[in-house]
Amino acid sequence: MDANKLHLNDHISQQFNLELEDIRNKAMVMGGLVEKQVSDGLRALLEPNSELGEEVSTTDYRVNSLEVEIDEECTQILARRQPAASDLRLVVTIIKTVTDLERIGDEAEKIGRFAVSLATAQLRPGYYAELRHLGDHVKSMLHDALDAFARMDVDAAIATAAQDLKIDDEFESLSRLLITHMMEDPREVKNVLKVNWCARSLERIGDHAKNVCEYVIYMVKGKNVRHTSLDQMQELTD
Amino acid sequence: MPSSIANAAPAATAANLNDQQTQDLHQKIAATVGRIEVDDAKMSMRDVDVFYDDKHAICAVNLDIAAHEVIAMIGPSGCGKSTFLRCMNRMNDTIENCRVSGSLKLDGVDIYDKKQDVVQLRARVGMVFQKPNPFPKSIYDNVAYGPRIHGLAANRAELEEIVVTSLERSGLFAEVKDRLDKPGTGLSGGQQQRLCIARAIAVNPEVILMDEPCSALDPIATARIEELIDELRKNYTIAIVTHSMQQAARVSQRTAYFHLGYLVEVGETAKIFTYPEHKLTEDYITGRFG
Repeated sequence: MDANKLHLNDHISQQFNLELEDIRNKAMVMGGLVEKQVSDGLRALLEPNSELGEEVSTTDYRVNSLEVEIDEECTQILARRQPAASDLRLVVTIIKTVTDLERIGDEAEKIGRFAVSLATAQLRPGYYAELRHLGDHVKSMLHDALDAFARMDVDAAIATAAQDLKIDDEFESLSRLLITHMMEDPREVKNVLKVNWCARSLERIGDHAKNVCEYVIYMVKGKNVRHTSLDQMQELTD
Repeated sequence: MPSSIANAAPAATAANLNDQQTQDLHQKIAATVGRIEVDDAKMSMRDVDVFYDDKHAICAVNLDIAAHEVIAMIGPSGCGKSTFLRCMNRMNDTIENCRVSGSLKLDGVDIYDKKQDVVQLRARVGMVFQKPNPFPKSIYDNVAYGPRIHGLAANRAELEEIVVTSLERSGLFAEVKDRLDKPGTGLSGGQQQRLCIARAIAVNPEVILMDEPCSALDPIATARIEELIDELRKNYTIAIVTHSMQQAARVSQRTAYFHLGYLVEVGETAKIFTYPEHKLTEDYITGRFG
């Protein structure tokens, strides 16, 4: 289903059209903001740039307030319009999506805070390369997930959800590497743990992006593909 | 397709369409989406057509209704849902210019058979109307009327038993037990409607047809009737026509969507209201322009 095929403007009630359009737009604005937070957090970590890290951690309130605002509007729509079929699925999808977006915002905030505390640390250069690699992958996955959401594109959602496995693998191998380094040089444990937390946050962002993809599939196909394997996901949407 | 069909298209959607567009539309909705058959059919309708003079009000509708299920019939005004409901206990017989064809079976027996006693049929397939219509008699006599004319009670005690049970089942007994001799018309709207339901179930029907039973009631009375519908399902099969989509979603297990005299889609209520297959169903339940 193309986003235009949501037919949000076809309701007899013009006001209802506007309300649905509004929550969808706001969810996309929130997605954009979260994407920027992740990107800035990662940049702050890698440059390193403690000022930017600080900014990311203090900007999270905007993500939070958007979540509350969108939730409130969705509640109003449920109470006043009793949406059905695709409208109902859209509202449910948005309620769930903004929850995951807010969590992504929290992870970005954590990365921002670690960026501040790691800015003066002497880390092995290899860590930056590893984090950059993982971070780029996560950013691209988040971008694709938000894109699939904006276009209500099931194929893109499935392809994007599939990326999560690779991200999990990358996180696992980075984590193993960090454990080895901690054992080699216990003096580094504190900082290396922080690096691990950052990697963990990136991996969690991948999980949340995958959830968004699953909501897109629910929205378009009316089928719940959560907690299924990729094969089952493909099967359910065929 | 005969031109009479095109003419029959009720005004709302078809008014501004030319013949070709109307025909296209009819073609698009002629085949019902979803499963019309059920395993345990109480009523079974096949190729049902209804004409009012030359107006084609119901076009080749096929539908089964399972025993102990509540089926909701929804659709825009003039879509034929009430007409279809009224076919199921031959209420349309009383309309002079109305012609019904096709097969309508109750427990496998054709209810339009010449040998079918219509009075008996209506005792087996009861009806509750939009507007509560108690007889201008006492509460007791309203309920006792049916059992009396059908000779269901051997004596006064039995009749009283039937009246009390029916009032209990319709959830009204506790409210009226001290004034059974008072006129039924003195009750509130919601109570009157429950009295009509008690009257309908007093003759021990198998199927109850409800034609917008709550449209004249306030939300509390509506909630009581809806609760009652769920209770009644244990003993009866219920077909309900309603304009309230939320009501259809709340009370029924299956939902049938009618449009321009066609049965467009039928299926599990949960599915119809979350992921309908036909675009017309989707447009209707989401309040979009058809």
